Amino acid sequence: MKLDTITLVETPEGIDLQAELVGIVPRTLAYIIDLIIRIAIMLVLAILLAFAGEAGAGVFLIAFFLLEWWYPVVYEVFRDGQTPGKKAFNIKVISDDLTPVRFGASLTRNLLRTADIFPSMYLVGGIAIASTQRFQRLGDIAAGTLVVYCREDSKTSSELGDMIPVPPMHSLNEEQQQAFINFTLNKGQISNARQQEIADILRPILPDKISSPDDYVRGVGKWLLGTASKLK
Amino acid sequence: MKQLEFESLYASFWDEIETFLSNQNEKSDHNKKNQIVLFPKDYRRLCQQLAIAKSRRYSRDLIIRLNRLVQLGYERLYKASSLKNRGIIEFLAYGFPATLRANKSFLWVSTFVFVVPLLLMMLAVIINDQLIYSLIAAGDVRGMESMYDPSLNKLGRERQADSDLFMFGFYIYNNIGIAFKCFATGIFAGLGSLFVLAFNGLYIGAISGHLTALGFTETFYPFVIGHGSFELTAIIFSGAAGLRLGFALVDPGKYSRTTALQIAAKDAIKIMYGVFIMLLIAAFIEAFWSSSSTLSNGIKYSVGTLLWLLVIYYCFWFAPQRVSTYRHATQ
Repeated sequence: MKLDTITLVETPEGIDLQAELVGIVPRTLAYIIDLIIRIAIMLVLAILLAFAGEAGAGVFLIAFFLLEWWYPVVYEVFRDGQTPGKKAFNIKVISDDLTPVRFGASLTRNLLRTADIFPSMYLVGGIAIASTQRFQRLGDIAAGTLVVYCREDSKTSSELGDMIPVPPMHSLNEEQQQAFINFTLNKGQISNARQQEIADILRPILPDKISSPDDYVRGVGKWLLGTASKLK
Repeated sequence: MKQLEFESLYASFWDEIETFLSNQNEKSDHNKKNQIVLFPKDYRRLCQQLAIAKSRRYSRDLIIRLNRLVQLGYERLYKASSLKNRGIIEFLAYGFPATLRANKSFLWVSTFVFVVPLLLMMLAVIINDQLIYSLIAAGDVRGMESMYDPSLNKLGRERQADSDLFMFGFYIYNNIGIAFKCFATGIFAGLGSLFVLAFNGLYIGAISGHLTALGFTETFYPFVIGHGSFELTAIIFSGAAGLRLGFALVDPGKYSRTTALQIAAKDAIKIMYGVFIMLLIAAFIEAFWSSSSTLSNGIKYSVGTLLWLLVIYYCFWFAPQRVSTYRHATQ
């Protein structure tokens, strides 16, 4: 069995769309944020409705019902798959064909929360997430939904303007070219020390005279990326 | 073809598609309508351009941009719209009864598991009143008794001060919650639904038996007959929806268990839409109609009977032709 957090979905046009699945920890934290928000709303309502007597208590129970069952559904359907908690972690609910989640699927996964919570603390749901390839709890499996990271618009080479393109001094195969390009685009996301460490791994395939491998690799990466967007 | 040539050739096409995809909701523009008609074709062109760009190993930012456009286009083109297109009214008129009728076997099981314990427990409690305490605590039994004391001017309530609105909120929170849980726990091979159905059957049976034995029939039955038409049927329906889920896992037939479960869930959730609406109606009747003590029992019995007949007619006999047409059209 191949374990990977990337899931690929082929469209009818033969294009592979990909999404990165979310593990149990960010999902739990997002859930806790939503729980805190719901409790806060309930507390505020309880205080306000305390002045409205019996009728207020009735309204409170209706609000409690709505927050318990419909809060996630409304957010998932009308806010692009994101409750406030999920938004905080940049994750969202999506159909397993990577189209936006629909009302029926959202209601299904949220009603089945009852089964995932069982017997307590989301034990069933946790086991399901840990043992399915696409990290789905029972509600996700039945509804055909996934929880994925939101697409980030990747940096383009034009944002790497301060680097000087360096033509490679030797031939690189495709895989090596990809590695160089990815290294260049990841600048700023990893610490300098780690960058040097990674560049050092590449030393065997670099020319001997290079003094700072990370600058060289990055320069070649920039060169490989080309200057297309500048000339537009 | 060099990348720059490729880019300059299609740049305006990509910009056009990008603006089309990024503002979704303005439909009035005439140009826009034209674009909507052409969109599937444009989308396929876009896919082809992305495939070319990938195979020619054009620069990453170009591929990322095209990939993003394809993804947006894919969402737009393939985003399924289920209820939106056919309308909620049409679903309630035909879709809900159609789903019920297609799941008759589950409805029979669910009815059996609910009604049989109810009747047996009722009979048992009438014969031996002490049996009710094996299920319900003595304090709760006293509370139930006080709700149907014939000397009260509001029925079905422990405290006379409880307003209609409070009871409405309580019925929504409590009853719809029970139905949702009855459905959801069905995924455990149906066991959860069976338990919730049987338990509620026993509970309601015990109370009916106890109040009958006490001679509170003139307050209890007129109270429950009205909203019972929506409430008891809805609980049975939610159990059937849960059994549908569970049975898909026990006997997936020609499908994998996952696929069988997903097919079952799509059907079952349609039952739950109806259950939700039915329980809203039931809560309304129970809070504002059933509890009234100014209405005579004759009115309550006749309206209650009428509601029962209406619910059953609507669910199982209403417009058979159009209902089955709807079912086929949405399958």
